[in-house]
Amino acid sequence: MSALWEILLAASFWAAAIRIASPLIFATMGELICERAGVLNLGIEGIMVMGAFTGWFAVYLGLPLWLGVAVAFGSGMAFGLLHGILTVPFGLSQHVVGLGITLLATATASFTYRLALPEVTSPPRIEPFQPWPIPGLSQIPFFGEALFSQTPLTYAAFVTAALVAWVLMRTPLGLAIRATGENPAAAAAQGLSVTGLRLGAVVVGSGLMAVGGAFLTLSAFSSFFFDMVNGRGWICIALVVFGAWRPGKAVLGALLFAAFDALQVRLQQTPLGAVLPYQLFLALPYLLSILALVLMSRRAEVPQALMSPYNKGER
Amino acid sequence: MSPNLSPSRRTILKSGAALSLAGMIPARAFAADPIKVAGVYTVPVEQQWVSRLHTAADAAKTAGRIDYTYTENVANTDYPRVMREYCEKGVKLIIGEIFGAEAEAREVCADYPDVAFLLGSSLKPDPAANPNLAVFDNFIQDASYLTGIIAGAMTKSGNIGMVGGFPIPEVNRLMNAFMAGVKETRADAKFQISFIGSWFDPPKAKETALAMIDGGADVMYAERFGVSDAAKEKSVLSIGNVIDTQKDYPDTVVASALWSFEPTLKAALDAIDAGKFGAADYGVYSFMKEGGCSLAPLGTFEGKVPAEVMAKVAEKEAAIKDGSFTVAIDDNEPKSS
Repeated sequence: MSALWEILLAASFWAAAIRIASPLIFATMGELICERAGVLNLGIEGIMVMGAFTGWFAVYLGLPLWLGVAVAFGSGMAFGLLHGILTVPFGLSQHVVGLGITLLATATASFTYRLALPEVTSPPRIEPFQPWPIPGLSQIPFFGEALFSQTPLTYAAFVTAALVAWVLMRTPLGLAIRATGENPAAAAAQGLSVTGLRLGAVVVGSGLMAVGGAFLTLSAFSSFFFDMVNGRGWICIALVVFGAWRPGKAVLGALLFAAFDALQVRLQQTPLGAVLPYQLFLALPYLLSILALVLMSRRAEVPQALMSPYNKGER
Repeated sequence: MSPNLSPSRRTILKSGAALSLAGMIPARAFAADPIKVAGVYTVPVEQQWVSRLHTAADAAKTAGRIDYTYTENVANTDYPRVMREYCEKGVKLIIGEIFGAEAEAREVCADYPDVAFLLGSSLKPDPAANPNLAVFDNFIQDASYLTGIIAGAMTKSGNIGMVGGFPIPEVNRLMNAFMAGVKETRADAKFQISFIGSWFDPPKAKETALAMIDGGADVMYAERFGVSDAAKEKSVLSIGNVIDTQKDYPDTVVASALWSFEPTLKAALDAIDAGKFGAADYGVYSFMKEGGCSLAPLGTFEGKVPAEVMAKVAEKEAAIKDGSFTVAIDDNEPKSS
């Protein structure tokens, strides 16, 4: 038990949790915007792969890191537009389209990568974002190391989350987006363009997912691997549910999941690690998240029009 | 009109030319008829393990010994299909790895008895069921052991971190040999060992390594990509595995255990040429004796590793090569201490 306290009281543990949470926060915010507008975007996993690739590749070709992030955002928006066109005006099954987008984006990323770099025998590297301690704040004991000695892209994740929360909950645009996800007919009766709002939400949300992917290649690591997103997209889908479709709670969920993940690698090194199989530790974040989901989701309010396409004039 | 059967002057000239050409071809073909080889890989060719196969095959292709094509990133479930396609195309030798498709791949081998298969596998060869399947693996425990001796000498805290993908025999074997090497120079060394449950999640491998460094490790055994990055970020040392990554981390990668697939491939090609290819365990061709593995040059760490340690390494290396010392092959899952 004392080993557990030792882990939890170390600033480096919380720094790790925040690092691990960052890509999840970007992508969870992206998914949350889509779902709040009534569109389930299962393209998330593939769009993250795409963002990881395009962002990295742009930097590899010589663009500055922040432009790499912008390129990733753009590539995510492109796939988001495809997803949006198929699911919003055409009203196709959101499950099928989403999984299709995931397959398409994943395959496009690996195909382009191999076309561009046919003869590599070790993964090419870039110089990724370096930790950037915030002057002053990073000097605070404990919190300085845990919160304010991260890479710029991690700070951007939290700023993005705050921005998404503010736009969705505090602005007329956010109200309009939420209205299309709850009752599109009522929104249309107000003179709002349901198609336009939903399309916009899917496009911007997908852009954020791609930035979440790019975090892996531009901040967390320095090379691109085909399988490196490794299911993080699916976790974000669950995090949206966990957060009951609220940005603040979703960020909390991402942090919780990341903290469990940071905890399990450290627990493996305690005497417990020599006794229990390692798979149990790897499963720990998922098990604890399911438990938390059960507790948290009892009062969750699902957007009423989630997954139902809107056809103007249809009764 | 009856066909003109008497040959024209042009026809005679043509056939003469054809005959003289035909006379030349067998002579050239006898010298070097490239063997058709196909690589079937479940991961991209940048992955450390597969990159060794790919590099060796590419070299043989450049040398004119083989005619080489490959398919990468094949899902294990799709692996038998890709094997069959190459067999149908008339490939003579298939190289690859069937750790995740052992039974299915063996069925394909049985269906194409005229094709030779040289596949990475955790299982033993079976002459009765698959006389055309030879297996291999990266048995580079000799080199891992030597890197362990260096690691043991370089650690100050006596705490060494090791991050692996999955605890499968080829990973365990190298980790155990490395740990045995460490014990030679640092008998009281402690090991932190983790498996991340994925071959391709460098961010996760890096996080795991960072946690170990927080926990006091000052030398990292880099079985996966990502570990050396954590070591570089925290300015601790790391030991490479299978490939030499020192050029990417000149200040932190001390030594690497290198694997060369060339001797394995050469042995298989020689056997095919001699018509003697059969079920065999080619794992031995990865041993140091056969030139299948080696200790990477110290490079930037030349002179920074104590001379008496390098003397010990040289002594052990000589003993391994002349057979007076054998590094134990231990496939059990290593545990943290």
